[in-house]
Formats: sequence, C-alpha cells, structure tokens
Amino acid sequence: MSKILPLSKRQRVIVSILFSVLILAAIIVTGSLIGEERMAIQLASKHQAPSLEHPFGTDWLGRDMLVRTVKGLTISMGIGVLAAFASTIIAFALSILSILNKTLDRMVTSLIDLFLSVPHIVMLLLLSFVFGGGYKGVIIGLSLTHWPSLTRLLRSELLQIKSKEFVTISYRLGKKKLWIIMHHFIPHVLPQMFVGFLLLFPHAILHEAAITFLGFGLPPEQPAIGIILAESMRYLSVGMWWLALFPGFSLVIMVTLFDALGKNLRVFIDPFHS
Amino acid sequence: MIVQQIVKFIVKKGIKLVSLLIVVSVFSYLLLSYSPIDPVQSYIGADMTRVGPEQRAAIAEYWGLNEPIVDRLASWGLSLLQGDFGTSAIYRAPVLHVIGERFLASLTLMGLAWILSGLVGFVIGIIAGIKQGTWVDKLLKGYCYLLASTPTFWLGLMMLMLFSVWLGWFPIGLASPAGILAEDVSISDKLNHLILPVLTLSIIGVSNIALHTRQKLIDTYNSDFIRYAVAKGIKGHALLFRHALRNISLPAISLHFASFGEIFGGAILAEQVFSYPGLGQAVVQAGLNGDVPLLLGIVLFSTIFVFFGNTLADVLYVVVDPRIRREDSI
Repeated sequence: MSKILPLSKRQRVIVSILFSVLILAAIIVTGSLIGEERMAIQLASKHQAPSLEHPFGTDWLGRDMLVRTVKGLTISMGIGVLAAFASTIIAFALSILSILNKTLDRMVTSLIDLFLSVPHIVMLLLLSFVFGGGYKGVIIGLSLTHWPSLTRLLRSELLQIKSKEFVTISYRLGKKKLWIIMHHFIPHVLPQMFVGFLLLFPHAILHEAAITFLGFGLPPEQPAIGIILAESMRYLSVGMWWLALFPGFSLVIMVTLFDALGKNLRVFIDPFHS
Repeated sequence: MIVQQIVKFIVKKGIKLVSLLIVVSVFSYLLLSYSPIDPVQSYIGADMTRVGPEQRAAIAEYWGLNEPIVDRLASWGLSLLQGDFGTSAIYRAPVLHVIGERFLASLTLMGLAWILSGLVGFVIGIIAGIKQGTWVDKLLKGYCYLLASTPTFWLGLMMLMLFSVWLGWFPIGLASPAGILAEDVSISDKLNHLILPVLTLSIIGVSNIALHTRQKLIDTYNSDFIRYAVAKGIKGHALLFRHALRNISLPAISLHFASFGEIFGGAILAEQVFSYPGLGQAVVQAGLNGDVPLLLGIVLFSTIFVFFGNTLADVLYVVVDPRIRREDSI
C-alpha cells in the first residue's frame, strides 16, 4: 500500500480510521432504517440458499437473512455502546477513588481482583441470571464485568500523574483536592478513557453475542446475532450453512473494525506511547 | 531455608484462596438471593398447578426461606464447610458429585486444548517474530487479530458444518455415541467426539499467546545481549535456541497458566455447540433452569480453578527464573 499511495504513517492511520468509521456508520444507518415490514414472515420464500435477491439466504420463516443480520449488528452495537459507556464510567469513578487515599485504593484493587478471579463468562452468566435476563440482564451484566482492566490502566496512569511535580506544587499552593482532580487528573486521562471505551466495545459485543447464544441474553424474537446463530444450530444438520456462516462472519468483521478503530485512535492520540 | 520459603508461600496462598472463596461465595449468595427467581417455584417446576399456596408456604418454611438473610447465609456457609453444597435440582444429585463428574469430561477437553494452543501459539509467535515485517509476519499477525475477534461458538458452528455435516468425518455432538452404555464406549469413540471441540478451543486460544510471544521475541532481539551475540557472529538457529528462547518461554508459559479463566469460558461455549456433557453445559443448564445450588457450586469451583492457574504461573516464575528467587519477592 505504501508504494501505491505515498502516505506517511500518520496519514495511513487517519485513512484506516476513516475507513472503519465509514463502514460502521453505514451499518448503523441501514440498520436503523430497516423497519419491521422488511423482516416480515414470507413463507413462500423459506429455506432459500443465497441468491441475488437474498444474498444471505432466507430462514425457515422466509425472512431475509441479510436484513436480519444488519438489524442484529445494529442491536449489538447499541448494547455495546451502552455497556462500554457504563463500564468506562465505573472504571473512571473507581480509579479516581483509588487515588484519594490508601484504604480506598486497597478496596478498589481487591474489587478488581475479585472480578478477575471468576471466569468472565461465568460472572456474566451469574449477573444476567440474577437480573432476570433480557435486555436489562445483559446490559447490567456487561456493564458490571468490563471495567476491571480499564480501571487498572487508569489507576496506574493516575498514580503516575499524582507524583508529578506540577501536582505536588498545586498541593503546596493550597489547591483543593477536587480542583486538582478537575484540572490535573481528568484532562490527563480523558484521551485514554476514550480509547479504553472504544477498545471495550469489541469485548462487550462479543460477550453479548456469547451470552445471548447461551440463552441468557436478548429475547428470542430479537434478530440479535447470538439468537440467529443459536437458531441456526437446528438447521445445520440439514445443510443450511448460510444461516450460520454469514451472520457470524459479519459479526467478526464488525468486531475487527471496532478493534482496528480503537487501536488506530490510540496510535493517533498517543503516537509515542504504543 | 528453602523449605521455610515454600511453607511460607503455601500458607500465604492458602490464606488468599480462603479469603477469596469467602468473598466470592458471600457476594454470589447475596446476588442470587435478590434475584427475581423464586426458589420454591423453580423447585416445583411443572407440578405448579398441583401444589397449593399452603404447601408452598410449608416448603418455604422447611427451607428456612422466611429467616433473615444473614442467618440463611450463615447456615449455607456452615454446610459448605462440611462439604455439603446442596442438591442439584436438575440432575437430582449432590452438587459436588455433579461437578466432579462433569469436570473430568471438561478437564480432558480443556487440558488438550490448552496444551495444543500453547505449543502452536508459541511456534506461530516465534515464526512471526523472526520474520518481523515480512509478509509471513503480517499474515500471521492478521490471522491472530482476526481470531481475537472471532466468537468461539461461531467457530465451533463452522467446524461442525465443515467436518461433521459436509465432510462427515466426525459425529455431530455428545461425548460418546448415543445408545451405547458408558462402559462400552471405546477410547477411539471418545477421541472422535473430542477432536472438534478441542480444535475449536485451540484455534481460538492460539491468538493471545502467539501475539505475546511475537512481541517478546522482537523485544529480546533488540536487547543488548543479543546484539553482542550477533556481533560475535552467532545467527539463525543458534541465536534463537541458545539465547532468545529461554527469555521468551517463561513469560509465555506463565501467561498461558494465567489464561485458565479464558479457557473455562471458551469451554462453556464449545460444550454448548458440540453438546459435550461437561461443566460448561452444566452451568448453562443450571442458569437456564434456575438451579441455584449447582450455579453457586460451579461459580465457586471455577474460582478455585482460575486461582490454581494463577498460582501455578507465580510458582513457575519463582522456580524457573533465578532472578526472581529472592526472599522479598515471594
């Protein structure tokens, strides 16, 4: 690529960021434009293999799989945004708490250890079970399990800033703790928080699909990717391969795009760090 | 001196494990007791119409559901200490018994996948690291990144579709053929049913260890002692095996030991896809059917499992790497 287009590394990063954003935006726009009538049951065209009319084929109720997949990706993205946002807020609040004093710090680190000591999916399963499954269960479960790694990162970052000279000078000048947090700590970790938020996204989406696939997540009438794939299992043995292949692959593509977007933005914001 | 250190290490880890288990059990017990699932309801199940409100109240009374939460928690904790984890409602057997039996099946699956993914991932990482910047490296790296975004259960579905349905090489599910007594199942049958889930788990598991090894190898090749070795004229295999390998293998092994939680999660999904009767399938069934004792038992058990992996990772560091073997570090 570098030979065809003479771009610098920074320019290439910008191009790939734009590329990811464009495709993801396209998914969101088409997904939210799809109405109920496009997903209606058409028994006349059930069990169809991929064709020009139905690129992803149709399911046992004659619903177009491309439409369901795009809708499912949009739902996943929506849940991903909510959960990643909530997790980021939790991570931010806890990391601020942890630099206030030693006792709080110890509490926060042991909370992190507690959440990391149970396998992620088991924890997710437990939480979504406790909160009654469905949208509520999934979103609460995802939000409550994705903060530990980001909290750890932000905490160590804040601890470094805390010992910097300009912060100690601020203390000596008699500034209040709140003032220092607002003017020194928060501005420093904002970019990291943003990138952390974006990098939580792929995890949240994959876990949402997994927990939905296991039957703890979204209700079965939603065209979520996890539901589509769980349904497809019943039709695999009769050779309806398109029901599983395309929706799953689209999910992989979307998650990869988000991952690339997050990593590229990290390079863009903080080129010397990574 | 060394014995003293080992004893100190074991005691320290033991205290940590016990306190962790206490916190996790209290935490999950409290969570579950506030869940919208009615224990009486899930116990009665399909017989709901035949059980009157008085009988329900009697069951609740018998189970002590009307007592304050602290008392219930205490009595649950006491029976845990006596090794009584309660009875699983869906399998109609003691929880510990169910866990033990299912864990053996899962252990085979996870163990094989763990070893396979570790070895393959390490080799891929080394190849990518040596060929850094070439198309081989880019290909392997891209492959690993793609794998990191691939849901385990989807890969499982694809394997099932390709090898079982299309090519017909492997059976579609279960740990043994249907309709044959457990004693009559041959080892080759068992292996046949294991291959696909193990492959699925291994393919996914490769990504993390390969990317880590690649980065470590590149870092090592840029370090001073390697430069010195290169200046002396050492290159190729000798450089890799004599100088670099020692430095990258330890972190890789220890990272792999610390990934017990991930492989447990992966096994849950793989077991669901291949209907493999392991611990993962049990926890899903427990959750879907409101079998609280089994769910609690598996949560605690998986915590011990992860802790065990992390501890082994710590031990390996101390045992293998002489630089860390100092009194203050244990």
